[in-house]
Amino acid sequence: MASVSETHPANKPNPARWLVVAVPYVWLLLFFAAPFLIIFKISLSETAIAMPPYTPLFDGFGAIGDFVSELDFDNYLFLTDDPLYIEAYLSSLRIAVISTFLLLLIGYPMALAMARAPTMLRPTLVMLVILPFWTSFLIRVYAWIGILKPDGLLTLLFQSVGLLGADDQVQIFRTDYAVFIGIVYSYLPFMILPLYSALEKMDNTLLEAASDLGCPPWKAFWKITFPLSLPGVIAGSMICFIPITGEFVIPDLLGGADTLMIGKTLWTEFFGNRDWPLASAVAVILLIMLVVPIMIFQNQQKKVT
Amino acid sequence: MAKSLGPVKRKFSPWTDPSAVPFIRFENITKRFGTFTAVDNLTLDIYEREFFSLLGPSGCGKTTLMRMLAGFEEPTEGRILLQGKDISGVPPYRRPTNMMFQSYALFPHMTVEKNIAFGLEQDNLPKGEIATRVEEMLKLVKLEQFAKRKPNQLSGGQRQRVALARSLAKRPKVLLLDEPLGALDKKLREETQFELMDLQTKLGLTFLIVTHDQEEAMTVSDRIAVMDKGLIMQVATPAEIYEAPNSRYVADFIGDINILEGTVAETGSALGAPGTVRIDCDGIAVSVEQECQAVKADKVAFAVRPEKVRISPDQPSNTSVNAVYGEVWDIGYLGDFSVFLVKLADGRVVRAAQANVSRLVDRPITFGDMVWLTWPLDAGLVLTR
Repeated sequence: MASVSETHPANKPNPARWLVVAVPYVWLLLFFAAPFLIIFKISLSETAIAMPPYTPLFDGFGAIGDFVSELDFDNYLFLTDDPLYIEAYLSSLRIAVISTFLLLLIGYPMALAMARAPTMLRPTLVMLVILPFWTSFLIRVYAWIGILKPDGLLTLLFQSVGLLGADDQVQIFRTDYAVFIGIVYSYLPFMILPLYSALEKMDNTLLEAASDLGCPPWKAFWKITFPLSLPGVIAGSMICFIPITGEFVIPDLLGGADTLMIGKTLWTEFFGNRDWPLASAVAVILLIMLVVPIMIFQNQQKKVT
Repeated sequence: MAKSLGPVKRKFSPWTDPSAVPFIRFENITKRFGTFTAVDNLTLDIYEREFFSLLGPSGCGKTTLMRMLAGFEEPTEGRILLQGKDISGVPPYRRPTNMMFQSYALFPHMTVEKNIAFGLEQDNLPKGEIATRVEEMLKLVKLEQFAKRKPNQLSGGQRQRVALARSLAKRPKVLLLDEPLGALDKKLREETQFELMDLQTKLGLTFLIVTHDQEEAMTVSDRIAVMDKGLIMQVATPAEIYEAPNSRYVADFIGDINILEGTVAETGSALGAPGTVRIDCDGIAVSVEQECQAVKADKVAFAVRPEKVRISPDQPSNTSVNAVYGEVWDIGYLGDFSVFLVKLADGRVVRAAQANVSRLVDRPITFGDMVWLTWPLDAGLVLTR
């Protein structure tokens, strides 16, 4: 890039240009880097009964020596001591992996059907996928409570068609199953849209060519369609996997007492135990854990463009 | 000495042999898309080892006809026989035809090698044999050093070769080529045309090519079918199509031609017998030596190719027949040829082409010159359709 800007007169640096480029960087600095540093700082301090509830770590520039000597990784060490946290991390990852897999399983056929639909119909189908966003996310999750709870709509439905006796109830609410249902429902559009955009771009004559060369349609799917949609598969999976790992609302509203997710643990530490330093440490570790998939995602995006 | 039509490419003419069995037969094929009839009750025979062209403007049904043979479309009516067997309902992946697509349709996520091997892998051939066959194909299209490249790392001409190699790898009974050279520049296209002909003779396959480029069809084919609006207008060798078109449509579609509408004034022989026909084309008297297809007072057209019309500033000895006088209105200099547009007194324009056989001309003809156009008795032909 640098060599291009030097040789090409149109690419000479000028202030207006820098201003435009600076906007996203300033944005990231203010709303990502700065808050993260604050969280990181809190994670290195200790709990105190105060407002805010942690010991100040940095009192002016005169105390740099104190600052360094008081740096405290106790919170991080504590995370490794108590199996609760490690289990919460692992459980979050497990739920995120299974949900992402389920999302792919359900989303791929839908995206494929949309991409193969008549051109005139496609905008309508995309619209239908986006339509749920017109209602608040929270309200939609609450609606699932109404459906899944023991005396909810699902029980009523099963009772009315005779799948369940009059005294039986569907026992899904407050279990991991309810969490999976909630997550898959909420994240499905985020899986379908990248898949659809990858599949829609595909040239249909490629499948004709495969067929012409002796490849039956089901085989052509695995040899041609699926490999060519991989960028969409990876994009969709990452867009779903990353936020699901840190998901708090869905497990809190639909999950049971034994549904262990790091988002919930984080919330409990912050608001239940008021242990801000420990909660910050949990958050920092979560972020580091997610950096890896984010890097994979970005690397893939680079390859596509 | 007996005269014949144009040069003969090779001693091969099964279509003139009544006992020859066609390799491919389209039998009363009709294809409708909704209310649109793409192919209209068409019957066509193609013989083994033939290089056959379907030629016509876009929308004439030529691609649809080919796609029906490949199996991508099913005929609405009629049937297609391959080696005497009806192939209706056989899916494309079970047909012994392979197609080279207009867009090449190379698999972008596979290397050149993998693309070529794709069809062979579907037949579950042993790995070693696939490798040998792929190598053979790469050599055939001279792409050995590009085996590991992906299609997007190749030039247009190289991609075209990969597509050709991929469609040939399975040694299909029939190779279908859909506008195969459309994306290449003129020089490369001409080269590739000759290579295609070479390949076809070498491999002994039957080639069916769809094209809208008449020069391409003329160069490569044993026979050409000229199509229009779902119908076949004429099936014949390139020389016959050019020198003896059967209708105004074919004459006009292939090459450049002067067409003068007129009425038959006198026929020198009975219908179907050779003789001289005299035609009156609104004041221009024309005589044609041809097998007679019309009777007196029939409305016909007289057609003559520009390169068969002689242009001269001097008055010919006989001006009463096959001669017109006019003003040079426009000149097209093509390098090898010059085309003169001559405007007659009544406003009609007749074209004459002259080969530029020498670099320097004594008396060049220029704009505004009054010139005589003449042509011999056997230069033109009478078109009744």
